Amino acid sequence: MSATSISKESLKAIMQSKETVVSKGAAMADTEKVVIAEAAKTEVAKVVTKKSSALLSNKPSKRKAQIYSVLNVILPPVFGVLLLLAVWTLISHQSPNLPGPLKTWYSAIELFSDPFYVNGPNDQGVGWNILASLQRVALGFSLAALVGIPLGFIIGRFEFMSRMTSPIISLLRPVSPLAWLPIGLLVFKAANPAAIWVIFISAIWPMIINTSVGVSKVPQDYMNVAKVLNLSEWKIVTKILFPFVLPYMMTGVRLSIGVAWLVIVAAEMLTGGVGIGFWVWDEWNNLNVEHIIIAIFVVGIVGLLLEFALTQIAKKFSYE
Amino acid sequence: MEKILNPEKANADRYVQLENVDMTFSTKKGDFNALKNINLSIKEGEFISIIGHSGCGKSTVLNLIAGLTKPTEGLLFCAGREIAGPGPERAVVFQNHSLLPWLTCYENVYLAVDRVFGASADASESKAQLKARTDAVLELVGLTHATDKRPNEISGGMKQRVGIARALAMEPKVLLLDEPFGALDALTRANLQDELMKIMAKTGCTAVMVTHDVDEAILLSDRVVMMTNGPSAGIGEILEVNLPRPRARLALAEDKDYNHLRSEVLRFLYERHAKKAA
Repeated sequence: MSATSISKESLKAIMQSKETVVSKGAAMADTEKVVIAEAAKTEVAKVVTKKSSALLSNKPSKRKAQIYSVLNVILPPVFGVLLLLAVWTLISHQSPNLPGPLKTWYSAIELFSDPFYVNGPNDQGVGWNILASLQRVALGFSLAALVGIPLGFIIGRFEFMSRMTSPIISLLRPVSPLAWLPIGLLVFKAANPAAIWVIFISAIWPMIINTSVGVSKVPQDYMNVAKVLNLSEWKIVTKILFPFVLPYMMTGVRLSIGVAWLVIVAAEMLTGGVGIGFWVWDEWNNLNVEHIIIAIFVVGIVGLLLEFALTQIAKKFSYE
Repeated sequence: MEKILNPEKANADRYVQLENVDMTFSTKKGDFNALKNINLSIKEGEFISIIGHSGCGKSTVLNLIAGLTKPTEGLLFCAGREIAGPGPERAVVFQNHSLLPWLTCYENVYLAVDRVFGASADASESKAQLKARTDAVLELVGLTHATDKRPNEISGGMKQRVGIARALAMEPKVLLLDEPFGALDALTRANLQDELMKIMAKTGCTAVMVTHDVDEAILLSDRVVMMTNGPSAGIGEILEVNLPRPRARLALAEDKDYNHLRSEVLRFLYERHAKKAA
């Protein structure tokens, strides 16, 4: 666009120069004509440079806006983290036992330089501890999903079942998952299954509740379609209930995995073995406070990643 | 479960039969008698409209024929059999189309086709036959180009076309239409009414339509059933529409008989059974 406008202007300039030539009369020498034409050309050149400089000056202002918008996104979280570090540093100066950010950072570098070492059952790398915890969560969570989601469907589908189970669920749901640990230890007679059991019981409630709420919210219109078509219960579940409930179910799953990851640290502190929770307790006994702080960050980051992954999966399942 | 009555009941004059039907809903504020003593016979191949003010129970009549609700008193028959529950021989076109949003138009129709003619039915057809049926019915309603679209990707009129296609695909004995064009704009509505008339002429299917649109009722029907206001609503009058078919919307607008019928219905609705302003 700018190129054509420039060429138009240059043409105009040349035309004008010709006119001036004509007005000055035929007596004018040929060389003079050339001079005037030259002047016209430089005029055109000036116009061109002006235009291009205008274009150049336009670009940085756009870039500035972009930079501003990026800074707008990045700066507040950065300030937040800096504030946290500042408060942390301040507290660590007051309380000599608490290591500051720098000390923790060096300790973390050392720790993560060799995350997968094994020095006997009670001294393993932080990587193994995280993986052990994740494995427990995966097992307990999968079992909870296997039981909780079908149960949620049944409760949501049949009014009788809903009323039958509602007092049990209302009674048991508010109980701290750790209260179930002794029962697990008693029944399974081993620490590891007991920890998985605690994860199971803490992860099952959000899945039951969200699934059953989803099922009970299926619009009557869809159920009327099912009735008119005389669909079998299997078809009703696969073609109507399941697709409708899926987003609700995914919310339940997301809440569950969050709770499970919260609970595993506490459960492992009590049961021992390999795991991030036990590792925290172990480092407390060693009075290695840097490692405890690192563990807090690790637990937070893993939880964040789990949540993020499930949110992404949930997005794929929405049909809207 | 479904008892077969004596054969004369099943004759073509009484293809769908409502006998002394009463409908009482139990609500929190006590029982509500919606319908009282409804008697109606519908001939085979007939197009019936039920018209009345909102809340008069016309949709309830349709739900009773569909089998979605059961009457408190009285009996309903379809083709000589008592209506014991919903079934594909009485297909319903719902007001809000009720398409499943996670299925494409094709899949929505196929669900019905598969149920009636597929593996779970008595006469199971091959996959190719089922596909041919689905394609044919989508072509009938003029939606061949949108088969792979989901309901939220198409217009309201097209959604209702799919709803009609789904109902027709079941090759029902009776087509039940619950204010099928109520949610559409006037132009789309007129368009679909014309299409429905053509389709009904082609299939010769019996139909019952609930509507609150006087022109729609007269244009499409052989008889217009006018209902009195609830509670305890009943059939006030039945108007025969003897206009020759095929009917053309434009020609009818200036037709003497048409306008007479129109004013008959309007008089019933706004003079004799005017609804008090709520």
